[in-house]
Amino acid sequence: MPILDEKVREQVRKALADLTRPVRIVMFTQGEGGALECDYCQQTRELAEEVAGTSPQVTLEVRDFEADAELAKTYGVDKIPALVLLADGTPPRDVGIRLYGIPAGYEFSAFIEDLRLLGGGEPGLREDTVRALGQLKSPVHLQVFVTPT
Amino acid sequence: MVLAHKLAMASDLVTADMVESTEFPHLAGKYSVYGVPHTVVNETVHVEGAVPEATLMSQIMTALGSQRA
Repeated sequence: MPILDEKVREQVRKALADLTRPVRIVMFTQGEGGALECDYCQQTRELAEEVAGTSPQVTLEVRDFEADAELAKTYGVDKIPALVLLADGTPPRDVGIRLYGIPAGYEFSAFIEDLRLLGGGEPGLREDTVRALGQLKSPVHLQVFVTPT
Repeated sequence: MVLAHKLAMASDLVTADMVESTEFPHLAGKYSVYGVPHTVVNETVHVEGAVPEATLMSQIMTALGSQRA
């Protein structure tokens, strides 16, 4: 049974219709499609599959946390389910966006907004924010805890 | 979460994770997350709630400042 109903799927299709650049979702699960795939991993993978299916600009690559451990390490993925969002190209550009756990409820909208921004949207940040970011000298790691409401 | 991800898009030095608390309770526990959204900056500074862009930026600067000290 699909995770997104037809109405939501249509909204997603509309939201992603004007992407001007390709976006790649690298999804890490374990034991894809098997009995041992964790419930959230399966749901997150299916959600990503359905979202990718709504737009020719969005590509999904499903990886195995164990079998592709080297790649997970490259992306700094240390837990699953994980979604790594990349601006696609040759090579794809990793801007540092990760989603751990299923982006449901309010976070689903945020996930779609992420794809829109990566696919050519304008982040629309304040001028002083952009200036401050330009002056950063050391890494900043943000972990935003959310719940699926 | 979108704000954090926008910052990541705008700077190569910024990485931003969404972490679903109920799926990773050990992390929620580790960072004493009692309400959401709850943002942890570089393991040290905690920002509760959805805050304006300027507030998050000033908390980021605080986190960077405490690292230098």
